[in-house]
Amino acid sequence: MPEAAEPAPEAPAAPRVDAEEMARRAVRRRWLLNLPAILWLILFAAGPLLVVLLYSFLAAGDYGGVRWELSTDGWFAVLMTRDIFDDTLRLQDAHLAIFWRSVKLSVMTTLACLLLGFPTAYFIATRSRANRNLWLFLITIPFWTNLLIRTFAMLEWIRAQGVINSVLTGLGIVDEPVQMLYTDFSIMLGMTYVYFPLMVLPLYASMEKLDFRLVEAAYDLYASRLQVLRGVIVPLVSPGIVAGSILVFIPSLGAYVTPRVLGGGKQMMLGNLIELQFGQGRNWPLGAALSISLLALVMVALIFYVRAAQKGGEGHG
Amino acid sequence: MTKLRGPLAGLTALALAFPGAALAEGQLNIFNWGNYTNPELIEKFEAEYGVEVSITDYDSNDTALAKVKAGGHGYDLVVPSHSYVPIWVKEGLIAKPGIPEMANYGNIDPRWRDVAWDPGREYTVPWQWGSVGVVVDTSVYSGDINTSAVIFDPPEELVGKINVAPEMQDVMHTAIYYHGGESCTTDKAVLRKVRDTLVEAKKKWLSMDYGIIEKFAGKDLAASLYWNGAAFRAREKNADVRYGYPKEGFVLWMDSVALLKDAQNVENAKLFLNFIMEPENAALISAFARYANGIAGSEEFMPEDMKTAPEVIIPDEFAASGRFTESCPPEAQALFTAIWTELQK
Amino acid sequence: MARAFEVRRQRGFVTVAILCFIALYAPMVTLVAYSFNAGSSLALWEGFSLRWYGAAWENEAVQEATIRSVVVAVSASVLATAIATMAALGTTRVPHYRGLTAVYALINQPLMVPEIVTGVALLVVFAIVKEATGYHGLFYLIAAHTAFCIPFAYLPIRARLQGMDSRLEAAAADLYASPWAAFRHVTLPLMFPGIIAGAMLAFVISLDDVVITEFVKSAGQDTLPTYMLGQLRRVVTPEINAISTVLLAISVAIVSIFFLVTRKRT
Repeated sequence: MPEAAEPAPEAPAAPRVDAEEMARRAVRRRWLLNLPAILWLILFAAGPLLVVLLYSFLAAGDYGGVRWELSTDGWFAVLMTRDIFDDTLRLQDAHLAIFWRSVKLSVMTTLACLLLGFPTAYFIATRSRANRNLWLFLITIPFWTNLLIRTFAMLEWIRAQGVINSVLTGLGIVDEPVQMLYTDFSIMLGMTYVYFPLMVLPLYASMEKLDFRLVEAAYDLYASRLQVLRGVIVPLVSPGIVAGSILVFIPSLGAYVTPRVLGGGKQMMLGNLIELQFGQGRNWPLGAALSISLLALVMVALIFYVRAAQKGGEGHG
Repeated sequence: MTKLRGPLAGLTALALAFPGAALAEGQLNIFNWGNYTNPELIEKFEAEYGVEVSITDYDSNDTALAKVKAGGHGYDLVVPSHSYVPIWVKEGLIAKPGIPEMANYGNIDPRWRDVAWDPGREYTVPWQWGSVGVVVDTSVYSGDINTSAVIFDPPEELVGKINVAPEMQDVMHTAIYYHGGESCTTDKAVLRKVRDTLVEAKKKWLSMDYGIIEKFAGKDLAASLYWNGAAFRAREKNADVRYGYPKEGFVLWMDSVALLKDAQNVENAKLFLNFIMEPENAALISAFARYANGIAGSEEFMPEDMKTAPEVIIPDEFAASGRFTESCPPEAQALFTAIWTELQK
Repeated sequence: MARAFEVRRQRGFVTVAILCFIALYAPMVTLVAYSFNAGSSLALWEGFSLRWYGAAWENEAVQEATIRSVVVAVSASVLATAIATMAALGTTRVPHYRGLTAVYALINQPLMVPEIVTGVALLVVFAIVKEATGYHGLFYLIAAHTAFCIPFAYLPIRARLQGMDSRLEAAAADLYASPWAAFRHVTLPLMFPGIIAGAMLAFVISLDDVVITEFVKSAGQDTLPTYMLGQLRRVVTPEINAISTVLLAISVAIVSIFFLVTRKRT
């Protein structure tokens, strides 16, 4: 509970402590507040990852796992490969292709979530105070059912003999059923569905406090609705946009179940490639090296993105 | 928030107190494939021996192996596929429970007693076995279905309606047999043909996915490389579905039950091993998951529809083409993974 | 335009939002419908029956898995939200201090690693702990779930806090409210929508996790998703639809009651 760790109250009427001491105390309080998160994550997330880092520098065990010998084969195989037929050294284009597809689909999913999620969050944030939580629950309830079942239920709508195609052919809009299933479109549709609340909830959290007097002021200055949206609302809710985009983009990169079920599994995404190495491929060092590369890339991109977004946000605020 | 704290704290406390695997006496912890264990079988065993059984699921041989290898798992019995049994032995993970001395040992069908992966059945008791063949909707394609060409060089009618199980070993081996190669081959000439065939054929497939029964029923699929048990169930939903045994060679598999070396409930595990070699009990296993077991005399207890099913009973003319895959050495494994990755890039 | 000018209105937003809600619930309709399927298929209607409810009622394994999923999700989301709320207070609306970026990166780290990798890492570490302590309980699952839920709870709370007017708290302090009172009566209520959003996300994420759970669970600790994953290769029956429908009905009921009660109060 947050209350429990609230630091000891500073005596309000105490004589003014010098500014430096105050600042030091403030920083100490920050660290106290961060401590549970730091400890928990080091113990149960980041710490264990050191194992993976270590594994990436070992040799692959014959039947999965690792052999305790130093080796850089895993790292080498991330980008380079020896052709299995003519033994020439070349760039591992399969990995690059899979990486590119993952980035492309993740960007598209994030955009789709943003385009659909923004109006939805706005809609919820502009309901009466009593109704907002209800709408919020309505967003999350579909996600309380199992992911696989939900994905199967979607299959029923978009497959060749499914509901949408029956309606389309029934109304004579198309003659032949449209092949939606097992395409990039169906993967994107599925991921947009799955990650939708990850966009809406942070957006809502920052929109809910939107001060509509600012909007009113903008209208008084003869701004159009679009100008208000772009010039006033979007900058004010940019923290929510940043948070939502991170929450959608990064997990989509490693998505595994949705591409497999709705994409038909014919083309791998990064998550599937890494899974292959830890599973049937029995090349844990390569799997480990691939994930550390992914982690490093995302981490760098994230830090740049947040810094840039913060600067942008401050400029407006 | 404050009002919620009581019940929530209570729940957390409850969660922490929730028993994991109680390692007490009268327990048996089985680690098996999901949806693979007949609850009736378990109830019967529990009633007969007063042992409480817990079943935990896994979804791949590699996951099961990785978990047990890591240690601290708390399981007693595991059900690896045949090609993994030598790995479990080599890694020192499973023990010899003294199966040949067990009362029901004689019930193991002689055919399954001296198997390549476990000569003399020192380590494992048969659970179920089956094949990977070609499932075809004969109302769409009426030609010869006893060939892998249906999948690898598909006729016009089937293009865009084919599914292939996303199992590297099974797909690679079916393709290798198609080109006359041996299990776990490292022959570059064969593998080059295999790669070219797969890459070309994939363009004509619809998907590489699990779950074919509904899709055959709904006519979304017209052919698939898949397990025989699912073909059987698909035929129940769509009478035109037939199961072909590729004459170029098809993959056979058998899952067998093994006792883990660090099992806590060794005696109960042995009771269970002996219990499932009883024909009546083996038939219960088959009745649930729809695959044949390896126990002689279990046929008479089987459900009627399974006794004659062409998916379960391999016709004599094709029996010779069925082959058990081996556990491939790392060199072959690396080549297979490279081709598999290229196929799905 | 005939309607009175409403500052909050943005053209087309309501339409998009309503369409999104319809799309969200469309699969729910098939899910519920197939729970009443007489056949054993998730995509082929064979008439109405309650047989899968009967099957689910009889099936102890699936019931235990469901309860376990909920217990883990509730515990993990409560813990993760509490930890994330504190961390959000410690990292937002503060002048930059040394280590802030590192803390931020650490908090978001679970997002950036595919589940299978975290799963393997935790498998290795927990196996050592399990062997050393002999404890095989549910805490491992809760600990792992809490860890990967933290960023999901943290980001909405942080988004809420960012740019929240700190003058309100300053005003409270000027009125001689103790920092605790200022936090309790000013900051916390202001943060609340973010906390609710974060907790909901954490709950949903934990409920859906399959890969990490698969690697961390001990004997007899299947959750609903791992139980489902095991079925995937063989045959998936509408039994899970029946369970999901019951869960859905219960959650809708809870939400409705919650909503009615809070509405009466306001």
